[in-house]
Amino acid sequence: MEVIKVENLYKQYRLGQISTGSIAHDLNRWWHTVRGKEDPYEKVTGLNNRESSGSNNYVWALQDINFSVNQGEVLGIIGRNGAGKSTLLKILSKVTSPTKGSIKVNGRIASLLEVGTGFHPELTGRENIFLNGAILGMSKSEIRSKFDEIVAFSGVEKYIDTPVKRYSSGMYVRLAFAVAAHLEPEILIVDEVLAVGDAEFQKKCLGKMKDVSEQGRTVLFVSHNLVAVKSLCKQGILMERGSISFIGSAEETVEHYMKANAEQLNTFVSYDTRSNAPGNECIKINKIEVNPSNPFITDEIKIHFSFWNLTDDPSIFLAFDLIDLHEEVVFGSGFSFETGLDNLCHGTCIIPSDLMNDGVYSLQLYFNSSDMRLLLNIPSKIFFEVADKERNYAYFGKINGVVRPKLKWNVG
Amino acid sequence: MKENWTEVINPKRSIFDINFKEIWKYRDLIMLFVRRDFVSVYKQTVLGPLWLFIQPLFTTLTFFFVFNKIAKIPTDNIDPILFYLSGITLWNYFSDCFSKTSNTFVANAGIFGKVYFPRLATPISIVISNLIKLGIQIMLFVAIMLYQIMFNNVQININSHIFILPFLILLMAVMGLGLGIIFSALTTKYRDLSFLLTFGIQLLMYATPIIYPLSFTSGKLHSLISMNPLTPIMESFRYAFFGIGSFDWSGLAVTSVFSFSVLFLGIIIFNQVEKSFMDTV
Repeated sequence: MEVIKVENLYKQYRLGQISTGSIAHDLNRWWHTVRGKEDPYEKVTGLNNRESSGSNNYVWALQDINFSVNQGEVLGIIGRNGAGKSTLLKILSKVTSPTKGSIKVNGRIASLLEVGTGFHPELTGRENIFLNGAILGMSKSEIRSKFDEIVAFSGVEKYIDTPVKRYSSGMYVRLAFAVAAHLEPEILIVDEVLAVGDAEFQKKCLGKMKDVSEQGRTVLFVSHNLVAVKSLCKQGILMERGSISFIGSAEETVEHYMKANAEQLNTFVSYDTRSNAPGNECIKINKIEVNPSNPFITDEIKIHFSFWNLTDDPSIFLAFDLIDLHEEVVFGSGFSFETGLDNLCHGTCIIPSDLMNDGVYSLQLYFNSSDMRLLLNIPSKIFFEVADKERNYAYFGKINGVVRPKLKWNVG
Repeated sequence: MKENWTEVINPKRSIFDINFKEIWKYRDLIMLFVRRDFVSVYKQTVLGPLWLFIQPLFTTLTFFFVFNKIAKIPTDNIDPILFYLSGITLWNYFSDCFSKTSNTFVANAGIFGKVYFPRLATPISIVISNLIKLGIQIMLFVAIMLYQIMFNNVQININSHIFILPFLILLMAVMGLGLGIIFSALTTKYRDLSFLLTFGIQLLMYATPIIYPLSFTSGKLHSLISMNPLTPIMESFRYAFFGIGSFDWSGLAVTSVFSFSVLFLGIIIFNQVEKSFMDTV
């Protein structure tokens, strides 16, 4: 049985600031609607693309979204930042309304967009349980019947009559989540904001999601944590620039997402002739290749370099910095090549398995002469992503740290 | 396939599609909001709810010295303390309802952006929590009145019109709520109006017979102030207690029509705005 049916859903946003300029647009729009004409700004609305700035001030945050969810299904919605996931959630939870199209719903929706909404710092834990519960749509008697359970779940019995402003942030979140967890909606929407809590909290959230789905309720899980989606969801939707680019099983959707991502990445650059190759009068780059092109953190990663040595120095020192998306150097490595003159030199660097954290990386290359004089310093056009792998414990968030080496542990 | 959806989310709702049933369903929330407003305001104050008494008393004393002693504006043979206190008590209720509901969207953007509940719950709860405040302040008014009768030999004349007191309060609530939610809807996108509002309410106070009786005015001014829909409420309130002033049903009838029209219009506008205000607030 279908519990959610989204049909031809569109959402338009206006960019820029609201000022005297927007009043003219409003009046123009109003004048068109009064005469029964189409919204004049609908036609000029651009695609949702954050990288390029369009010529106009309107974008479609969502465009022609169609899908349906059956009862008891756990649906993962994935996509890059700005793909429209949050907008879709906002419309589903009735925080804002669509520009065109409709959503039909069967059952009570509760969204864990943010726990603790409406908590008042001056009120006690007890008072806030009632207030927050009512905001989330529970009646007073419903809350009263679950009150003891909520308090027990939160583990803050001792402080229940203390104003929540005196709570530690951990207690605050636990109490807030306890209320949300006892909502018992027919449809639960979980946003990835939940995934940033500590491990224990995350375990509780995801455990709750599992419980909910096992009871035959429907769950929508929005995330760009592929591992969590893969292990928790059966169905998946991939969103890209405001529209749906793939619907299928969670597994397939994640694969599509990774493929789409890989297209943005560049794990292979090659130049046939010296004349068009990047470099200078000393060094020209011939080829760089990352193998495998979609490595997992558990894979050994080989980076193959070949370059032309145009100097009369037979020994070239090649080094690279591995740089992550925050422009942070993860590590550097180098090797001295003994080469023939004017020859193509080849070399491969092997990054051991279970060292890199998941993420997207690029390379900065340095070429030095044998007396360590810098010959060439050049960013490569290589971008490769190291993907996370399923884990056999319940924490799915990103592991902290620039690197993520697998270390030896001894028991006892 | 059978189509029995419990809810359909659409871009626009028709003008009169107001879900009163839903608001009723959320009545517990409204009462919890009332409780929150009431409890949280006086937390961490030494005098606590005593401030409910201190505010009107101090304003009354100020008015007494400025307008009665210095400006020598008559109070229609009503004891000046009681005259001002009655005016302030009633006026405060109206202005609180109006000004506090007028920034519903802006002030609650944080909550509204995260979770859905009928947005009207917020302004309704404000009107109710102020009603409690008004009740307490009317008790203060009665207490001061008894004091004046016993110790200062003040004559009053409570008459049968006292029974329309609840109706007068209802009119104030309706008008304040109506005007407030109209302004709240209009200020979501363009904040200009909220600047206007602060001094507009102040101005309105002087256009209402609070520090002077209606009988004090004459000519054009008199007809202008009589047109103020708040005037009949003020005058009737004082008439009910002191038997002095003007009381006419036609004025109250006009005020009632005005109040309920404003509320009706307000609910319609509010209802239209609440769906997508998050994009513009």
